[in-house]
Amino acid sequence: MDFLRKLAGKRRGIDDLVFDSVNIVLMILLVIVMLYPMLNTLAISFNEATDTVRGGIGIFPRSFTTYNYAHVFENAQILRAGLTSILRTVIGTATGVFASACVAYAISREHFVLRRFTTLAFVLTMYMNPGLIPTYLLHRDLGLIGSFWIYIIPSLIGVFNIIVIRSFMDNVPKSLFESAQMDGAGEFVQFFKIALPLSIPVIATVSLFIAVGQWNQWFDVFIYNSSIPELSTLQYELMKVLSSSAFQSSGDAQSQIQAGAAGIVETVTPQSVRAAMTIVVSVPIICVYPFLQKYFVKGLTIGGVKG
Amino acid sequence: MAQPVNPLAEVGKSKKGKRLSPKEFFRKCREQKELLWMTIPFLIWLFIFKYLPLTGWTMAFQNFRPALSTFEQEWVGFEHFQFLFKDARFLEILRNTLAMSFINLILGFVTAIALAILLNEIRNLAFKRVVQTISYMPHFLSWVVVAGLVATALSIEDGIINTLLVGVGIIDEPIVWLGVGKYFWGIIGASDVWKNVGWNSIIYLAAITSIDQEQYEAAEIDGATRLQKIRYITLPGIRPVFIILLIMNIGYVLESGFEAQYLLMNPLNRDFAENLDIFVLRYGISMANFSLATAAGMFKTVVSIIFLFTANKIAGKLGESRLF
Repeated sequence: MDFLRKLAGKRRGIDDLVFDSVNIVLMILLVIVMLYPMLNTLAISFNEATDTVRGGIGIFPRSFTTYNYAHVFENAQILRAGLTSILRTVIGTATGVFASACVAYAISREHFVLRRFTTLAFVLTMYMNPGLIPTYLLHRDLGLIGSFWIYIIPSLIGVFNIIVIRSFMDNVPKSLFESAQMDGAGEFVQFFKIALPLSIPVIATVSLFIAVGQWNQWFDVFIYNSSIPELSTLQYELMKVLSSSAFQSSGDAQSQIQAGAAGIVETVTPQSVRAAMTIVVSVPIICVYPFLQKYFVKGLTIGGVKG
Repeated sequence: MAQPVNPLAEVGKSKKGKRLSPKEFFRKCREQKELLWMTIPFLIWLFIFKYLPLTGWTMAFQNFRPALSTFEQEWVGFEHFQFLFKDARFLEILRNTLAMSFINLILGFVTAIALAILLNEIRNLAFKRVVQTISYMPHFLSWVVVAGLVATALSIEDGIINTLLVGVGIIDEPIVWLGVGKYFWGIIGASDVWKNVGWNSIIYLAAITSIDQEQYEAAEIDGATRLQKIRYITLPGIRPVFIILLIMNIGYVLESGFEAQYLLMNPLNRDFAENLDIFVLRYGISMANFSLATAAGMFKTVVSIIFLFTANKIAGKLGESRLF
């Protein structure tokens, strides 16, 4: 009870106490529900595969091993897919943020002659979705299928990102731009020297959005490049493991592999490989997003948010 | 008042200037060369990737064969649309799409608003922050990862859901959750909530924080309880944000999501899992029936736009905030 009282802070009556206690219990339950699946996967990823099959792994490994990870990192295809994932994330984020910022800056300038046209042209596409097939045929005609650039070019700009950056740039004091103009600065200079540096928080937010989108994408690999191992990504490799093991009970399909010169036989199962891969693809993002939290919370809202 | 980012409202804000004469227009363009350099390349990109494929909609009215040129295609009018709406399978798919979409919509709103209110009532700021951060985490995981976690949690052998339910005696035998079609919509709804509830609560929490604190203080003097304050101050306070998000989402009523369904679908639950997007993928890419798949995709876009405008109109008539 002391613990609950501490969390509840100052309160006034018995009603308040009941409310706060119920609320705190609910929130603790929420935290457990959010964390358990990942912690369970983490435990399985560090548990010996043959032991995992016996069942009953909670949030701690029972028979610790790093062999599942060794197996994942020894796989040449997975390493190659990891490289592609990193490349598409880095290139996609850099080009995407730059392009979105350019357009956002232009439509934030009130005197811009194509301001309304540009805004309208971009926003309309949010609802005018041509659909999968016409898009597929276009990409085929442009020769993007079977190429790395299918991951970058068609998804270059997200309308939502433009609007997020634009509404942030609207709050940059106009006087800064005016005095720069007096000094003879052109739009490029104002963009690079004033608008961009003052928009770092929103640039960080949008970078996170784009990077997460790129890193987590598997559908374009599946549709366009599924027959080209060189262009596979981590998420797609994980998706293949998932669909191939979905109907096998975890005990089946064990592959025995000699580990090391000592001749210790360690095995992996689809379940343990999947767990290790899940952790590998998720950890980078989980480590980054908490640091950008205060930025993306602001990025999602416009207007006076206190605190 | 905190507002959700609403792109459609942005168009309204950039008011029409007075019409320029062509001469004046070109003079301005020359003046604003740099701004044009920053937009025209991306407008060209936009045209090629977002507007040009719209011409592909003609395929829906043809028996499209990729080998033939545009002028050699056989035109069939609305035949493909007629075929779709007579096809029992397509109607089933429409049912699945609408069902999952509405379940996700309602569950999504209710849970996000509830979470925002509960978070707002937490008085210990450090605890609140920890809960928030953890609740955002699943939003950053891919659907591939989430589908794997869901499948593991629902597994018949060692899944936590079966273990818990059997443990407390709600069910006697473990259930093969993903093998029974009628559970599928609920599983998708629950997965979607798990993944997005924290993220979706952000905007409501922002809206709550921008409610005038004096209202709460006045209510307190009048002896209002916590629940009464929530009922009469907090809920009305987030109403405008709720309406805007509702209209924005109604435009996506035929987008019930693709990844979750596709990744959790199997032959046993297929009759409840297959939705419009999976149908388009199956006919279009796997069976190369481009015309039928395009017709289904086009139907989706047209319905979206009609719904969006209707919802916006109704909201305006009822005196609520509108999108545009």
